[in-house]
Amino acid sequence: MNNLLFDFTVDKAAQTVYVNREFAAGLDLVWDAFTKPEILDQWWAPKPLESKTKAMNFEVGGRRFYAMVSPEGQENWQLQQYTSITPKTNFKYTSVFADKDENPHLPSSNWDLNFSAQNGITSVSITIYNESRERLQKMIEMGFKEAFTMTLNYLEQILVSKK
Amino acid sequence: MRRDIFQAIADPTRRAIIALIALQAMTPNAIADNFNSTRQSVSKHLRILTECELVKQEHQGREIYYSLEIEKMKEIDKWIEQFRKIWETRFNQLDQVLSIIQKQQK
Repeated sequence: MNNLLFDFTVDKAAQTVYVNREFAAGLDLVWDAFTKPEILDQWWAPKPLESKTKAMNFEVGGRRFYAMVSPEGQENWQLQQYTSITPKTNFKYTSVFADKDENPHLPSSNWDLNFSAQNGITSVSITIYNESRERLQKMIEMGFKEAFTMTLNYLEQILVSKK
Repeated sequence: MRRDIFQAIADPTRRAIIALIALQAMTPNAIADNFNSTRQSVSKHLRILTECELVKQEHQGREIYYSLEIEKMKEIDKWIEQFRKIWETRFNQLDQVLSIIQKQQK
């Protein structure tokens, strides 16, 4: 498909997930894609899940309150609270699952996203620290079945189109 | 209490036990000989590993031999692979979104 870097590591002992990815787009655009709700909602949920942002103010102390919605209409709410923002370089937030009224269900995870660009390629590296393994497991259970099926379907399409 | 596989491998002693019995089935005494810990402490770790179904016991005469459930270990890799797929899907979607926006801007 492409030669863009994609690294994914799980350090189970440290309860930390590392994700690195390159994008064939400029820093400004990639930054917007991670920080503007109207773009985030287009890609954040692995299909067939849909991301629906109910409220978002991207500033330190601000939040994004959104749901991952399944095709059956089941909503899984999450609340992200921004703790640090260095424009076009880095932002950090804590993330918790919540109910539809924004009541958080601890424990939380801490997200640290770094952005850098070179020769028109933008790299994003994400570190996710989970307070508990149960949290890590829940995060995965949230979407993996649907995402896994989707990826297989997607693979099938690619294989068909290459025939 | 609910046990999961990650609880099993979160502890360094348990990881060392897994590494030991991956090579050959061993009795609790033989395992304990490899550590600076008491037989009781090793027994506790073996109990947790058994509850997580990461090890199996086999009785030979009066001795109990512990060995590794290789299939269960593979589950960990599978589980992580599925998580990786979520991010892969998510980022492939972002690639498409970025390319659409770039075309619109031109």
